[in-house]
Amino acid sequence: MERKSKKAWLYLLPSLLFLAAFMVYPLIDVFIYSVEEGYNSASQSFFGYGLYNFSYVLHDPYFIQAVKNTMILVVITVPLSTGFALLISLGLSSIKKLRDLFQTIYFLPYVTNTLAVGLVFMLLFKQTQQSPGLVNIFLGLFGIDPVNFLEGPYWAKMFVLCFYTIWVVLPFKILILTSALASVNQDYYNAAKLDGTSKFRTFTRITLPMISPMIFYLIVTGSIGAFKAYSDAVALFTTDLNAAGMNTIVGYVYDMLYGNSGGYPSYASAAALILFVIVLTITCINLLISKKISI
Amino acid sequence: MKVELKGLTKKYPSRNKNEKKDVVAVSNFDYTIPDGALVGLLGPSGCGKSTMLNMISGLQKPTEGRIFFGDTDVTDISPENRGVGLVFQNYALYPHLTARQNILFPLQNLKGKDKLSKEAMEEKMHEAAKLVQIERYLDRKPSELSGGQQQRVAIARALVKTPKVLLLDEPLSNLDARLRLQTREEIRRIQRETKVTTVFVTHDQDEAMSISDYIVVMKEGVIQQTGKPQDVYDSPANLFVAKFLGIPPINVFDGEVKDGKIYIGNDPVLNVKNVKEGKVYVTVRPEGFIPSADGALKCGLKSLEIMGRDVSIISENPASLSESIRSIVDADIKLDPALSEVRFNIKPHKLFIFDAETEERIYFETV
Repeated sequence: MERKSKKAWLYLLPSLLFLAAFMVYPLIDVFIYSVEEGYNSASQSFFGYGLYNFSYVLHDPYFIQAVKNTMILVVITVPLSTGFALLISLGLSSIKKLRDLFQTIYFLPYVTNTLAVGLVFMLLFKQTQQSPGLVNIFLGLFGIDPVNFLEGPYWAKMFVLCFYTIWVVLPFKILILTSALASVNQDYYNAAKLDGTSKFRTFTRITLPMISPMIFYLIVTGSIGAFKAYSDAVALFTTDLNAAGMNTIVGYVYDMLYGNSGGYPSYASAAALILFVIVLTITCINLLISKKISI
Repeated sequence: MKVELKGLTKKYPSRNKNEKKDVVAVSNFDYTIPDGALVGLLGPSGCGKSTMLNMISGLQKPTEGRIFFGDTDVTDISPENRGVGLVFQNYALYPHLTARQNILFPLQNLKGKDKLSKEAMEEKMHEAAKLVQIERYLDRKPSELSGGQQQRVAIARALVKTPKVLLLDEPLSNLDARLRLQTREEIRRIQRETKVTTVFVTHDQDEAMSISDYIVVMKEGVIQQTGKPQDVYDSPANLFVAKFLGIPPINVFDGEVKDGKIYIGNDPVLNVKNVKEGKVYVTVRPEGFIPSADGALKCGLKSLEIMGRDVSIISENPASLSESIRSIVDADIKLDPALSEVRFNIKPHKLFIFDAETEERIYFETV
């Protein structure tokens, strides 16, 4: 037994070392940074320990804006993308012809580079001297005045960011939900059919409960993913997110480290820890709800 | 409700793209199920019996032929409007609903003039639960019920709408041996009490023989024989039916009809008349052998299996198509296991002969 467990530890050693060096140590470091007040990265010195960094971050209007943006992003994109993915998966599983083609099309965003997609969205939404952007041209057909989506009002920018996020996360959700739908035993549907169950009732009383574990999985991972959003905003609004008022929490952390106003690892660490607490709370709530509802 | 099946045929397009010919699952199925009867569709896997069940339920449409419930042609009526209850092989109970909710489910679907009040639904649900004796388990989920209990819930769910026809797909296949005996009596009792016309599908001849009023033996989509179980057993129409029915299975020999005698190998075992001469298969039921010192059929004795009530004699004969011949005789007949040879006389009504080419039954008269 002894020998066996020694051997096991030996096999685990490489990955443990890597985890310790690149995960555990930085995590501890982040925690230490966050409580070191007045840390100066040039002289590597600080005044003392305390919670000032947290207080600073929580009072920073850029951080408040970033939290607000992230929250809106989570609240809008997670339910909407899951809902759309469910509708599209239902559609996909009820058609026979061209199913493979549609599956491929819906999966494309998953394998497309974020920045390339950003470029496409520029074409759709950006107003230039040559063109008001494809979406504005389309809106013009209905006599709607052009909207400056990328540099205009807050709601317009938020709309584009949400639209973009939903579009990017859809493929993975569709993939998961189509396989979840396919794994429901056909006999349940046959039984429901024989009993004259309406389509709607079959969906709400049979399909939904059967795939609910997968839906909750998507909501939990989707929320975590949305809280960590950063690259999407960069792809749309370039790196100066604070100026655009479209920063996210992760973006704020990045700016504090390396951005124009950078060089403050203590503030960055404090912001990262606040994000961690938010994500942890939301995930716990999600799990509690899912346990209550599902079988 | 009488169920009439007229010339039912079901063809599937072949999965093999190079093969243009359709796969025929059921071919020209003609049979009438009397009102209130319990009929077993019997056959090996892939004989089309499940397809038959699906066509009666309406889940599959026949390629040709018509289905009548009573005098109504239901061929083009959708499954929910036919008034059938189907018990699936895996029961298909909704796992997230309790037994009670599962049984209530079909009632809650009723709309318009059929809509029931809450009390009426409860009453019907309790009636069905009482019939299958699962009232105590109503608040359990399927995962908390044993296989037998799950099946009772499934039957209750199928019966709660008082269907015209009850269909059971391999009802006993998911149960262990002991529960199987108990459940088949249970199915029989429920069917007698409700008097609902019932069709069930099985590949287990024992199951079909024991509870059916009538059996339909199928092979490759074609009816081989229909009738009361005992009649089919006592008078199989062809070699397939003879081999398929009966445990232990019937013994098959190469034989011949010559000079008014039936031969097994070189042993003349029976004197007959009015029979066409030629090569035949001679089959004898295990209970058709009488050990006798001057018996006509000579066999090499291999072993004896003493089962208490009766004794199985395992012997061999070069004309036998299987390695050993199993005969069951009364335990009172004493046989010395050290003997190398055993001789049998054959009971004439336990011996059937079949044409060596067509495998159809050849009837004979004994002398």
